[in-house]
Parts: sequence; C-alpha cells; structure tokens
Amino acid sequence: MTAGAPLGGTAPLIDAHAHFYHAHAGRSDWQRVNDARFRAGARIGVTYHVASVLGSYGHTSPTYFPSPEDASRGNDAMADIAGANAETVRWYVTVNPNHAQHALAEIARGVARGCAGIKLLASRRADDALNDAICERAAAHHLPILHHIWQHRTREWPNQEISDGIDLGRLATRHSNVNFVLAHIGGGGDWAHTLPAVRDLANVYPDLSGSGVDRGMLDAAIDALGAERLLWACDLTMETGLAKLRALDVVGLSADEVSDIRWRNAARIFPPHTFPRCEDA
Amino acid sequence: MIDVAAFIGPYPFRHLPHPDPDVLARVLQREGLSGAWVGYLPSPWQRDPTPGNEALFQALGPYPTLRFAPVVRPNWPSWEHTLRQCVDAGAAAIRAYPMHWGLGPHDPSMQALAGACGEIGIPLVLMVRFEDLRQRSALDVAGDLTAAHIRALARSGNAKLVVTGAGRELLEETHWGLTPAEQARVHWDFAWIWGPPEDHFAHLIRTIGAERFVYGTHWPLRLTQNARANLDLLPDELRNASITDAESLATPRVGKTLT
Repeated sequence: MTAGAPLGGTAPLIDAHAHFYHAHAGRSDWQRVNDARFRAGARIGVTYHVASVLGSYGHTSPTYFPSPEDASRGNDAMADIAGANAETVRWYVTVNPNHAQHALAEIARGVARGCAGIKLLASRRADDALNDAICERAAAHHLPILHHIWQHRTREWPNQEISDGIDLGRLATRHSNVNFVLAHIGGGGDWAHTLPAVRDLANVYPDLSGSGVDRGMLDAAIDALGAERLLWACDLTMETGLAKLRALDVVGLSADEVSDIRWRNAARIFPPHTFPRCEDA
Repeated sequence: MIDVAAFIGPYPFRHLPHPDPDVLARVLQREGLSGAWVGYLPSPWQRDPTPGNEALFQALGPYPTLRFAPVVRPNWPSWEHTLRQCVDAGAAAIRAYPMHWGLGPHDPSMQALAGACGEIGIPLVLMVRFEDLRQRSALDVAGDLTAAHIRALARSGNAKLVVTGAGRELLEETHWGLTPAEQARVHWDFAWIWGPPEDHFAHLIRTIGAERFVYGTHWPLRLTQNARANLDLLPDELRNASITDAESLATPRVGKTLT
C-alpha cells in the first residue's frame, strides 16, 4: 500500500471501466498487472474498480469474440477477484451474444455471484437483434450494460465488429429502460462524433477512459451532455485517468458536478447499494 | 524542467481551444515547468516553413519562458542559411518532420540536417505523431515516424535527438538497435508511453534508464496533466527517478560557421 494522500483527492471515486487478468489469459505476468491496478488505484484514490475479464484476452479465443468456455472461465476469474477484494472491486459479467443461450445463462450465473453489470464487447454490432434478449435481462435485474465502442466507425477494423455512438444509440432507443455505459471516449476514433450521436439519449453514459487525452475533449463532452451524463474511468491506462481527473478540476465545474462524474452518476445507474463506501462518505 | 513538446497555432484537423502563447505560459506556470521549446503547429503541413517560423518568432517575443523551436526543412533551398538564422535568433531546438515531407529513413538531406545540428550543438526534435492513428483525418496521411528514421539519424552524426510521442515498441526498437554511444544521443519524452497497470514507463526506466527521458506535454493537443500523472504513478522504488531536464541539451554555439 502506498503512503500519502490520494493523488486524486479523498472524495469517493469509481472507476467504471477496468479490467483484470487471470491465469488463462495467455500472459505470465497477469498477477503483476492486476497488482499494478490495485497499486495505482490506491495511489489515485479509487474507491471502487468496476471491472470485467474479457475471456482469455486472445489466448484461446479472440478478445472481442470470446468462446463460451473462455467467457465462463473469465467470468469465474473475475467473480473470484471481486470476492477476494470485496471492499474495492465490483464486476461486469462478460457475454458474447452470438452464443445466445450461453449469454443468458452467464448473466444468470453472474447475478447469482453478485455481478453489478453486463459487459458487451464487439462480438456483434450494438444494434443487432441478438442483443435484445440481453438487454431484457439487464432491465429485469437493473444492471447497466458497458458496451465497447469505437468513436465513429468509418470502416471495419480487424478482430472486432465495431460499433459507434450511433449504433449504440439504436440499441439504447429500443431499450430505454436500460442504462448503457458507452465505453472510453478517449479510447480510439473521433470522440467529437460520439457526443452529438448520443446527446438526446438520456440512458447513455459515456465513460472518460482510454489512452486519449485530447485537449478540449472533456470540455466538449461536458458542454454536449452535462456532468450528469459522464463517468470517470481508466480502462487500460490509469495515468490518463489521473490526468483527466486533475483536468476536471480546472474546466470550470462545480464541486457537485465533479462529484457526479467521480462517482454519483455511477451510483445512480448501478443497482442500489453497489457502492456502500461511497454512499457512507 | 523544460517542456520539449509544446506548440502554438491552430491544428488543421480539429478545433483546439485557445492555442495561444499567453495561455501556454500560464499553463506551464500552473504545471510547475520552467519553460518550453515551442513549435508552430501549422508548419508540418506547410511546404515552406519560413512564414511559420517568422510567425512563431514574433508570437513568442513577449514570453521569455517560451523558447523558439523553428522548423528547418533540409530539402528546401538554402536550408543551411535558415538554420544559421534560427540559431542566431535564439532557437533552443530545431524541429523536422520527415514523414510530412515524404523523406525516407536514409534520406541524405535529413542526415545532413542532423549533422549540421550536431556541429552547432542544437537538439533536433522529431515528432512521432500528433494524434492517435485511430482518429486521424483521411487527409492526414503522413504516418507515424519510424524507428528506422531515428536509428539512421542517431548513427549519422553527433546530433542530440529528442523524439516526442513514441510508445514503448518504437522506443525499444530504436534504442536496442543502437550502440551505447548512439543511444546516448537520443532522448525521449513519455507523453504517449503507458503507465499502470501495464507500466511500460516503469519498465523503460528500469531497462534504458530515467536519464534517457525528458518532459513533453504535447500542449495544446493533449492534456498537460498527463506527463505529470505518469511520473506520479511510478512504482514506489522509481518515484525518485531523475529524468533529464532538456535545458541541459540545448547548448547552441552561436556564431559557429557550418562546415
């Protein structure tokens, strides 16, 4: 544990988009990477990591198209990590909609093991009808769906069936009783396209994660959507998360608006009492 | 600590909020930086760098902490004269954009520029990228600077190279393809190098040494807070790692005649 005051302040802070690795993820240093996330999280002041495991991360099936076996194994690993770190970790159950019955069974299994949300990758375009049954389960259990997004898809990219804000918007329109986390506006592609694409969809909450730290991105997102629609998050690069957290302090937000982005929006869209240490604070 | 990767001026492919010298001077002060080598952002996309250099020189005049980092294009007529003028005008570093000029890794004019910068003792700044590949405009076709370009320049003379915007792979491919003497001529900023949980920056400090790194923010394209965050999130045992202040690299010999 690192000594000293958290770099991101002592107020509650939820990383709504995190990942952990496991022994079947095809890399020998998986525990080091998990430890580094906890180390950096403690240094920043992350109260909760809301995380998923993406199957085998390409080791035995593609990251964005996990086989049923890999999805289940990854979810088991994720549930174990959350169980072992109950004070700081919540989790999404990852599903591949191409295996429709398995996906629904995984959601049921995830709910039984205490998942807080559902993770959709890029196994199928976001507006595909195969996602409807998953959304219905999400609504039944009051679970938000974190959907991997490419900001403005202008062509196909290998190894994933990418979706952008417009694609997710069609799904969100069909399922207005489900909250969607639009993944990483700093995570590749043109974030400026995403903001107007989801502006009028009150059930879509972009997260700020991704390696991109374009100047103007936070200001534009706040202008377009308001602080009540944005979620702080890191994904694969926690230094960019800290940078954005510090930038939030100098873009003219009120303390309440900063709190919305830091944790209160997340607390509103996840099941009640998912984050007791935030609520207690 | 000097920021080696700052610019003023508009960017062709998206709106940047107030990319002006007075704002940059305030941001550097807020971030605790002593100054910056400042380039002119439109220059890479302009054929003749001269007007951009003049605009940059005029704009930076009232700001002593903002150091002139003009462009010298070595396949443009009379570039040696331009270089001399820039040095005499107080340039802290010279910028070059071989990818934007269509110059290959072994282009003799780039090697001549590096050689001239080495003779004068002024750093040559190379930029790997301005934006992530995944968001680039269809009109922005220059491509990222390659490791082959950097290796060729590091091997060709005594120039001090400062490479900004590299990721771990490009950096390692370059560094481990150079002799120790050549490695010592190349410095890197860490604005695009991943911190935790992958900890690429920590890995590189352990393997190539903290002294190979200089501080670069990429303002006004990127958040200045990112470089500081990368340092702050290093593992405890590396927290006191001492990177190089690029001020120590800039020792131009004003008045020296090019041979």
